[in-house]
Amino acid sequence: MDALLLRSLTPGVLGVLVRRGADFAAAEDAVQDALVEAVRVWPDDPPRDPKGWLVTVAWRRFLDASRADAARRRREDVLDEEPAPGPVPAVDDTLQLYFLCAHPSLTPSSAVALTLRAVGGLTTRQIARAYLVPEATMAQRISRAKRTVAGVRFDQPGDIATVLRVLYLVFNEGYSGDVDLAVEAIRLTRQLAAAIDHPEVAGLLALMLLHHARRAARTAPDGSLVPLAEQDRGRWDTGAIAEGVAILQAALSRDRLGEFQAQAAIAALHADARTAEETDWVQIVEWYDELAGLTDSPVVRLNRAVAVGEADGPRAGLAALAALDDSLPRYTAVAAYLRERDGDLDTAARLYAEAARRATNLAEVAHLTRQAARLNGRRSR
Amino acid sequence: MAKYLLLKHYRGAPSAVNDVPMDQWTPQEITDHVRYMSDFAARLEETGEYVDGQALAPEGTFVRYDGEGRPPVTDGPFAETKDLIAGWMVIDVDSYERAVELAGELSAAPGAGGKPIHEWLELRPFLSAHQATAE
Repeated sequence: MDALLLRSLTPGVLGVLVRRGADFAAAEDAVQDALVEAVRVWPDDPPRDPKGWLVTVAWRRFLDASRADAARRRREDVLDEEPAPGPVPAVDDTLQLYFLCAHPSLTPSSAVALTLRAVGGLTTRQIARAYLVPEATMAQRISRAKRTVAGVRFDQPGDIATVLRVLYLVFNEGYSGDVDLAVEAIRLTRQLAAAIDHPEVAGLLALMLLHHARRAARTAPDGSLVPLAEQDRGRWDTGAIAEGVAILQAALSRDRLGEFQAQAAIAALHADARTAEETDWVQIVEWYDELAGLTDSPVVRLNRAVAVGEADGPRAGLAALAALDDSLPRYTAVAAYLRERDGDLDTAARLYAEAARRATNLAEVAHLTRQAARLNGRRSR
Repeated sequence: MAKYLLLKHYRGAPSAVNDVPMDQWTPQEITDHVRYMSDFAARLEETGEYVDGQALAPEGTFVRYDGEGRPPVTDGPFAETKDLIAGWMVIDVDSYERAVELAGELSAAPGAGGKPIHEWLELRPFLSAHQATAE
């Protein structure tokens, strides 16, 4: 029984119910029930038409729940009318679901939770485990999110930028629990790219594939961070890189540049270098300049300072860094790296130690502490 | 989507504004204080922001390794210790601002005279276990 196949049918089935007049929150509950039922029944009795089976079961569940809870009945005619037969615009429904689940009225964490459940077909328990919160908390987060979007019309065009931000948030959560959120984010972005022809959707998909291609090389067997320059490039996934580059090139040829395409272009330039020394840093700086014009994000300018340091030497990098706010996350780590490249090892050691105190995740703390220790240890050897 | 620890401890921070010791409150004031805490946790669960909350016994034992084949050494409790950790709450919120707002609410728990305690709580971010994929 293929759980992924089952989950890939989720948005289509949900879309059918909503089109038939079910309200989103109740329809979503009914679809979850149908998914659970499918897991139970299909192994012994596989359906000929999986989607049709799910629609039938979910619709029945929805009607039962509506009848049982007459007080919450919103539309009597829904109950008395058999659904009209005929083709359903599946792609359109899927797209509307993405818009709804990433509606601007939702907080980022609510949008992420709702997207994973209603579009991704994950159970509340799986989402709770992935985000390391109690199931009851996640259940509340999801039902509040459903209430928040209860009044949103299902046939209004939504905000694609919000959808992309939500998917990128999921992707960056990485891996915890039994669901690989990076893989899930790629799956959902691929599905979105099939539903809407938009260069930034393609850009985000390319960016995810290019980042994901390096995942195996990014951590050592003991879980410690391996910086890009030291990664074993033989462990990069060439298939994912080739696919990411092809998707990106097709998107760029449309000449509607956006931030995800620009970020993907930078990732592609890294992926393109057979060794760290061959990295085309000059072109990477140019892409960061494009990106800075598109987003005005301080993080982009910080990364640009790193690239400038590689392209034009550490002094130039430090000069670019001097123009930025030193309270930025990773600012001190970048400063430490550039000082070390510039030969000021005492300052670099001090800055690495400070950067370790300011880092926000465990692997980074350990990595920066090791860098400080390496420089401090050179005096005693 | 960041987790924070709201730590109730008494080390280095100024005294609470309303710092009458709990054993000198009325029973009803204690009941109200405890209820405030559990209502607060229940409300956070409803908003999808609650992760964990625990109260701790005020006294503990210090334990240290004492070499191969020897039992651990225990010591304490130390009467003079200035750091009493009374308990904590873990929240999962969208922003630092929201974490500060919630810590402020928790600090307003009622004490003597039914007035808010205004106690200092320490807000500490969790280090995440995953790494972001960005370079």
